[in-house]
Amino acid sequence: MSSPIIEMRQITKTFGPVTANSGVNLEIYPGEIHALLGENGAGKSTLMNVLTGTYAPDGGEIYYKGKRADIRTPKDAVALGIGMVHQHFRLIPTLTVAENVFLNSGSKRFFLKKDKIEREINECAKKFNLAVDASAYVWQLSVGEQQRVEIVKLLYQGAEILILDEPSAVLTPQEAQHMFDTLRKMADDGKAVIVISHKMNEVMNNADRITVMKNGMVGDTMLAKDATVNRLTEAVVGVTAGTQKRSLDRAPGKDIIFAMEAVSAQNDRNLPALRGISFYIRKGEIFGIAGVAGNGQRELAEVIAGLRPVSGGQIRMHGKDITKTSVKERINAGISFIPEDRMTTGLIPELDMKQNLILKHFNTEKYSRRGVLLQEQMQKDAEAYTEAYEIKHAGVSYPVGLMSGGNQQKLLFAREVAGDPELIVAAYPVRGLDIGAAEAIRSILMEQSWKGAAVVFISEELEEIFTLCDRVGVLCDGELMGIREIGQTDIMEIGRLMTGETGTGSSEPAADGKGGDS
Amino acid sequence: MRGRVYIKKRTGVPTWYRILNPVLFVMLALVFSGIFLTAVGFNPLTVYAKMLKTICSPSGLVRSIEAGMPLMLTGLAVAFGYRMNLNNIGAEGQYALGAVFCVGFALYGPVMPPLLKIIGMFIAAALGGAAASLIAAIPKAFWGVNETILTMMLNYIFLYVLNFLMYGPWKMLNQMVAQTRIIDERYWLPEIGHTGINSVLIIIILLAAALQFFHTKTTRGYQMEVIRRSPRAAQYAGMSVARNILMVLGVSGAIAGLAGFAQVAGIIHRVQADLPNNAGYTGIVVAFLAGLNPLVCLLVGFFFGALQISAVAVQITGVPSQVAMMIQGSIMLFVIAGEFFIRNQFVRRKTTEGGADA
Repeated sequence: MSSPIIEMRQITKTFGPVTANSGVNLEIYPGEIHALLGENGAGKSTLMNVLTGTYAPDGGEIYYKGKRADIRTPKDAVALGIGMVHQHFRLIPTLTVAENVFLNSGSKRFFLKKDKIEREINECAKKFNLAVDASAYVWQLSVGEQQRVEIVKLLYQGAEILILDEPSAVLTPQEAQHMFDTLRKMADDGKAVIVISHKMNEVMNNADRITVMKNGMVGDTMLAKDATVNRLTEAVVGVTAGTQKRSLDRAPGKDIIFAMEAVSAQNDRNLPALRGISFYIRKGEIFGIAGVAGNGQRELAEVIAGLRPVSGGQIRMHGKDITKTSVKERINAGISFIPEDRMTTGLIPELDMKQNLILKHFNTEKYSRRGVLLQEQMQKDAEAYTEAYEIKHAGVSYPVGLMSGGNQQKLLFAREVAGDPELIVAAYPVRGLDIGAAEAIRSILMEQSWKGAAVVFISEELEEIFTLCDRVGVLCDGELMGIREIGQTDIMEIGRLMTGETGTGSSEPAADGKGGDS
Repeated sequence: MRGRVYIKKRTGVPTWYRILNPVLFVMLALVFSGIFLTAVGFNPLTVYAKMLKTICSPSGLVRSIEAGMPLMLTGLAVAFGYRMNLNNIGAEGQYALGAVFCVGFALYGPVMPPLLKIIGMFIAAALGGAAASLIAAIPKAFWGVNETILTMMLNYIFLYVLNFLMYGPWKMLNQMVAQTRIIDERYWLPEIGHTGINSVLIIIILLAAALQFFHTKTTRGYQMEVIRRSPRAAQYAGMSVARNILMVLGVSGAIAGLAGFAQVAGIIHRVQADLPNNAGYTGIVVAFLAGLNPLVCLLVGFFFGALQISAVAVQITGVPSQVAMMIQGSIMLFVIAGEFFIRNQFVRRKTTEGGADA
């Protein structure tokens, strides 16, 4: 191989107490597709934002073609031919493709020569097999087409190093494959392509080299042809194979509380997000949902909470069909939901603790009489929760947005487990929390399961699933790849299921017969 | 590297600054207008003295309150909508339709004991305003149609409805002016003691207090607050956003309609062509300067009423009405601009280089 076009040495970046990158080294060669693999929060995006001049690193150096490069602003990065396609596109919908591309080209020409620009764009697009209609308005385009426009934008401004942040997340599998074919053409043309991803098989099939990031550091770098699911799983999850069991001398009850049968649903873009999901949960059981984020977890949680309609199948609570019931009816039926975005859905950051804790129960006898809120009761409960869950805050009348993430999550849990729910859906409940808060949250969940609550526990951390859950189902591309008893599986098998390989292991018998009509 | 100046949101604004800020910007507006007045040959001090004397005189005060009352109500109406992020730009039209309903009931409705009749007029005005706003609320709630445009465009329709009646079927006979006849004196709201201030002011104060209570103490007010801050959280909690949109826009329109009641039952006892006279639009400014607080809306409404009255008064000193309007407009503009400095402050950015400038 030739010499690297970009070399990042000992890059360190901290945000307050959080270290996002620590001593990261990365070499990028022209003509390669280089994949950055890792979980959410592993530091992939931060590293790329350093490279594109969005963040200034706290330490480390960047070399461009062997020379020290001083990248301070995005402009500096563009001048070096570094361009990035963000997860959220930066296009202006009311302008045409050509206008968007021109806008970004940094040209200072006063007159728009539309014909010329469109011709240039079409030439550029044709060269890399990017089907783009330069005269179309961006709002008319599908997401896949918009992504191609973003790529053309970079090519038009002369980018030699293209960075794509989770490019396949918004695409259908066919579109994704087409996109990778295009990227391959660019690499063959001598460009360097960096793809941020957390999908293992996509990376193994399409990249030349793979760098795995874990906790802000480089876990492993390998040629794609040397990569195996095991090696990648190890590097991503950070644990070598080995089976931990839920250390509890307690068996879940026999009664089936909640069951789903062949449930399908669509995501916000009306693409299938859940395909024929069937599972059941017994009283006092913690049921883990493993899988790489973005494979239907959000939609599954929302379907259970009643926030998202199903396109097929049936949901049952205690054997009763609740498929068509409203959010309110499900709250009343004892379904609690800890959403993954606690600051926009679970809590209202501008409101204080008292106002947040009555969110779901403001209309009950407990908190209001004839439409007037019972402030004293709210105050009393806020103080009681503060004590019971050791929530630290400046006062119950301060906006909860000022609390730390851990304390916010404790408050959210305090509210959701009040009144001992029958079913708790917790989506990534410890994501972004420090160790102490994460431990507190897990013990709340444990305690609830002892009290008899059925828990759906959605997480990316396999270790955590293995210590907490009784059974685990693995989601991949909206399908449940399999359900395993924790005692009868190991991390490697779950890791394989996460990539979409159905193992030959014994799949659990379906729940339909047992759960259904009881 | 140079330090760059940038704008930062203020947090925890002290009360003294909240009060001092508008005072300061009124002064600035007076200086600005003073330059202009001098240029066109007036002594600004004489003009300002006249303005001040007018506002401080008993009759000027009464007239300021009278001019301010419709503004208080439209301010309350707009503020109520914004408490759930709904842009009710239609207070003008809602006021107009409220006035039409109210005077229609007063003049052509059944003869009743005075108290009952006045209550009936109150309800008619509220219904008129609510009907006007619900026409916009229904498409908003069920199909997500932009309420800003709907409410604004409806203003023209209701203004023309009002003017059609004033120039046409309801016009007082044998007169040049397009207005209805005066309503029966028995249906007038009395003045408070011998102050000359009509008791409709008490109704407005009670209404503002009730709204304040509604926002801070009731479950409905709480739901509005949740939806305003995070519609996602509201859905997550099982609240019906559509139903709340209907309720809030309906009530907002009803409050604006009550401005018609204030005129008919309390102030001019009739309806004239172009009655709202931009009170609906001024109400938007009132609501924002009041920080959407109902009680503060009353103060700001009074302030704007006083401004209108003093602008009329300075014309006695020979200042043309256009210049008087200009003074009024510049005070308004400066106070609004000053509001920016209550919310934000300019900060000098420190460079990361351990910079030259602190």
